[in-house]
Amino acid sequence: MSVRPKAHTLGPKPPFWRDRAKRALLFQVLLIAAVAAFLLYIIGNTQDNLAARGITTGFGFLDRTAGFGIGQSLIEYSSQSTYGRTFVVGLLNTLLVSALGVIAATIIGFIVGIARLSPNWLIARLASGYIEIFRNIPLLLQIFFWYFAVLRAMPAARDSYSLGEVIFLNVRGLYLPEPLFESGFGLIPLTFVVAIVASIALVIWNKRRHEATGKRLPAGWISLALILGLPMLVLVATGVPVTWDVPELRGFNFRGGITIIPEFLALWLALSIYTASFIAEIVRSGIQAIPHGQTEAAQALSLPQKLVLRLVVVPQALRVIIPPLTSQYLNLIKNSSLATAIGYPDLVSVFAGTTLNQTGQAIEVISMTMAVYLIISLLVSMFMNWFNARVALVER
Amino acid sequence: MRDNKNKWLLVTSAAVLALGTASLASANTLQNTIQRGAVQCGVSDGLPGFSAPDDQGEWQGLDVDVCRAVAAAVFGDADAVRYISLNAVERFTALQSGEVDVLSRNTTWTTTRDTTLGLNFTGVTFYDGIGFMINRDLGVSSALDLDGAAICVQSGTTTELNVADYFRANGMEFDPIVFDTSEQTVGGYEAGRCDVLTSDTSQLAALRIQLSDPDQSVILPEIISKEPLGPVVRQGDDQWFNIVKWSLFAMLNAEEMGITQENVDEMRNSDDPDIARLLGQDGNYGEGMGLDANWAYNIISQVGNYGESFERNVGMGSPLQIERGINALWTNGGIQYAPPIR
Amino acid sequence: MTVQHKMIEARPAPGNTVGPIAWLRINLFSGPVNTVFTLLGLYLLYVLLTPTIQWAFINADWVGTSRDDCSREGACWVFVNARLTQFIYGLYPRTELWRVNIVFATFAVLIAWLAIPRLPLKRWVALATLVAFPVFAFFLLYGGYFGLRVVETHRWGGLMLTLILAVVGMVAALPIGILLALGRRSQMPIVKSFCVVFIEFWRGVPLITILFMASVMLPLFLPTGVSVDRLVRALIGITLFQSAYMAEVIRGGLQAIPRGQEEAAAALGMGYWMRMGLIVLPQALKMMIPGIVNTFISLFKDTTLVMIIGLFDLLGIVQAALSDSRWLGFALEGYVFAAFMFWIFCFSMSRYSQYLERKLHTGHKR
Repeated sequence: MSVRPKAHTLGPKPPFWRDRAKRALLFQVLLIAAVAAFLLYIIGNTQDNLAARGITTGFGFLDRTAGFGIGQSLIEYSSQSTYGRTFVVGLLNTLLVSALGVIAATIIGFIVGIARLSPNWLIARLASGYIEIFRNIPLLLQIFFWYFAVLRAMPAARDSYSLGEVIFLNVRGLYLPEPLFESGFGLIPLTFVVAIVASIALVIWNKRRHEATGKRLPAGWISLALILGLPMLVLVATGVPVTWDVPELRGFNFRGGITIIPEFLALWLALSIYTASFIAEIVRSGIQAIPHGQTEAAQALSLPQKLVLRLVVVPQALRVIIPPLTSQYLNLIKNSSLATAIGYPDLVSVFAGTTLNQTGQAIEVISMTMAVYLIISLLVSMFMNWFNARVALVER
Repeated sequence: MRDNKNKWLLVTSAAVLALGTASLASANTLQNTIQRGAVQCGVSDGLPGFSAPDDQGEWQGLDVDVCRAVAAAVFGDADAVRYISLNAVERFTALQSGEVDVLSRNTTWTTTRDTTLGLNFTGVTFYDGIGFMINRDLGVSSALDLDGAAICVQSGTTTELNVADYFRANGMEFDPIVFDTSEQTVGGYEAGRCDVLTSDTSQLAALRIQLSDPDQSVILPEIISKEPLGPVVRQGDDQWFNIVKWSLFAMLNAEEMGITQENVDEMRNSDDPDIARLLGQDGNYGEGMGLDANWAYNIISQVGNYGESFERNVGMGSPLQIERGINALWTNGGIQYAPPIR
Repeated sequence: MTVQHKMIEARPAPGNTVGPIAWLRINLFSGPVNTVFTLLGLYLLYVLLTPTIQWAFINADWVGTSRDDCSREGACWVFVNARLTQFIYGLYPRTELWRVNIVFATFAVLIAWLAIPRLPLKRWVALATLVAFPVFAFFLLYGGYFGLRVVETHRWGGLMLTLILAVVGMVAALPIGILLALGRRSQMPIVKSFCVVFIEFWRGVPLITILFMASVMLPLFLPTGVSVDRLVRALIGITLFQSAYMAEVIRGGLQAIPRGQEEAAAALGMGYWMRMGLIVLPQALKMMIPGIVNTFISLFKDTTLVMIIGLFDLLGIVQAALSDSRWLGFALEGYVFAAFMFWIFCFSMSRYSQYLERKLHTGHKR
């Protein structure tokens, strides 16, 4: 039992900097003041500089005619379009290479990651060789290398490699025939949508029935047949209302069809291969993180090997894999900005490059570019967080 | 504790004050340059004949001579230059922000650049125009046959705009292949990525000699645009504007009067009143710019006159072998003309 | 009944489970599928390696002074040889190279000291590496004092510049990263949200736009007449970028320290900075080293982006050398050389970080 000391007389009130709450308040007020002062200082300087040097400001330039050409555009674009449109063209090109890069990197990454764990010594070594080589060389160097390798390996336009005289490959790119849709083609996307809706309904119904009665249909195969078969059926029934615009050599280059430019190929290849080496490591450690007991327990229940993977290992591994996978996707999107080094017309190359230079409005252009990447990052993070929450372990 | 706090307050306010006064520093380029002891000159990232480092790493070229002339006028020492190599994208911001005092980097004088970028063009060092270089084997003899060609062009240049205009005006199509630097542009052309390399004809001549087989490429006869190239300064400092402008005029006037690097010392004793005014023997015409009377003498004795610089760097005495053409003095059938020193 | 009092000698394992043939059977040919994979793998190796080895070694030319010494059948390492000084030192004056060498050597000794576990005085050496060494290196490289000739930063380049960018970016980002990480865990809402916004902003935008901003916009933010060296501007951009990533690594390390540690320190009456500086950070730092090494590796690779804003790092100077008209057509050699240099650095660092991870995989693992 403690001896109670004589009752304290309350001393003088402690000074305010000894009071934790007040000190925190003071500190935060100081921080706000410092940040505000810093921003004011920067903004003030910038305004002075802009005014003193007579530099035009504002976003009016977005409506002016750009006057330059862009090598690849997913939307209608000519040199008579506006600077605002160059922004959209660049953004779409960035999104295109990022989306295809994410898909390819995920596929290669999963294959290599699983190969890394293969019981086959040689395959595992090859996979780890791949990982160690590609993730330890700067991406920019790899982009240069692929661009150079792609260009050097390709023949000139007149000696193109051709596949059945409809697909051509040369130093200017890959030329594919382009489908031209005639009237009546609208039915096909429509049936496609119908088939998808029907498959989703089927999967849900099948799941309910499985839970209720234990019986189930091979819903995956049926859906696949629906989604592929139904539009095909309609296509044949309507007499194939599609003609193909086949590229042909006219003058210097192939005209017509779809062109995939070598800059795109090089960037896409480099981004996918580089990011895949990181994804492979993530997949490997995700699978290794599942305790062996889980697999053994599933086998003890005499689940077939296919179901052990599908119902026990993969769902748990995904939880470990998804957060780092998200940051790899974000890295890939940000890294697509290296396009400017080889002249693929992405956002940074077109908008923060040519447009910035033609208009001279650095502040507006760079801010818009940064804002776009921030928004993309936030959206991707939000989506992956939502997905992550869906697969997360439900605990009480 | 309280003392400590006061001390911090003092330090902080002093720092804020210091920053505040720093922002009041004058925008006088001449003073800043003299303080620094060197002219900061923005040049290209390596274009033979105009601005490129030689084997010893010393910058050489027509554009470089402008920098040297300004340094000679200001310091009496043409070597008091700090060269900053800039690519086409960086060049204007570097000038706007004060990283360089003069931009001498074959930059085309256009309305937009002169009026909305906060810049002033000081004159024309080289009258140029856009041309096309093409592989001899393609058998093309006129730019009008280039319909459908893939064209390599450097990002952020007037070329990018003028080529688009030219093809549209003639109802032709082209694929622009845009690179950041002239090295990459040439690389793309050599790799066969494009049929045509386009740029100012002077640059084409310079780039052509860098090719592994220069004879395989020809420059087409058409010149599709006006590209007056010249040094640029920031707006808002008229004194500095005058210095750069008149450094160039001094070189032109010197050529017109027949003053060369070699004979400039003799010429100082000349009775010709024009020559005497230029070389500072009769009045001080540098005074209005804050320079001494010898400003032009220093330029000519250390850099030479315009004609000498032209021949040495891009003319027949150089690997580029560009004819004087319209860049000859007005007295010789060209359009190079400088206002008189008076 | 016989009782054996001696252990029976261990018999050798059955012949079909040991030895190279058994190893081959187990690891390469354990079934039809595996056999197919093995054969495919061997074929792949053959297809990739044969031409590579032929090109890089067998048909390569190693000695000479000009392109005429190259047969053009294989790699022309003469090109790399002729340019080696430039690739490593950039345009640094040839007579002053000893200064760079001293800095390289000092750095190597310091790093080796830190990396070898048995050597004593780790704390002081670390302090010297982080504080004294950068100052020393700057004065030696830049000059202007002690009778050393000034070498302006635009002459710095090559591997030297790559190392400078990575090391300075790292060292400068460390304290900012620690502050940001602490701020992000702070209970003060404004401090916390400021740090979150700061970190997420720099992590959300590509490094190249940051470098663009640093090289193109930063001068507009400063008062007229104040100009910042181009290298310094790039370093500012790299440091801000790196500090955000560093903050996340440090936050991860801080989270691994049980709360009880901090509470116990608080119970002893320690203030916030004492708790952090003496109790939490030293423990967390140990766990963070692999993460820090990993971010350093990515920074080291990312420094190549400075070539886009016109600085000549190792890749930049290789790229510049490729357009020398006397040495046209050796792009592959240049890229392979640069890739090899980067690979050596990154691979050894990642191996070291894995080794550390295994070594530190004790104590706080939960």
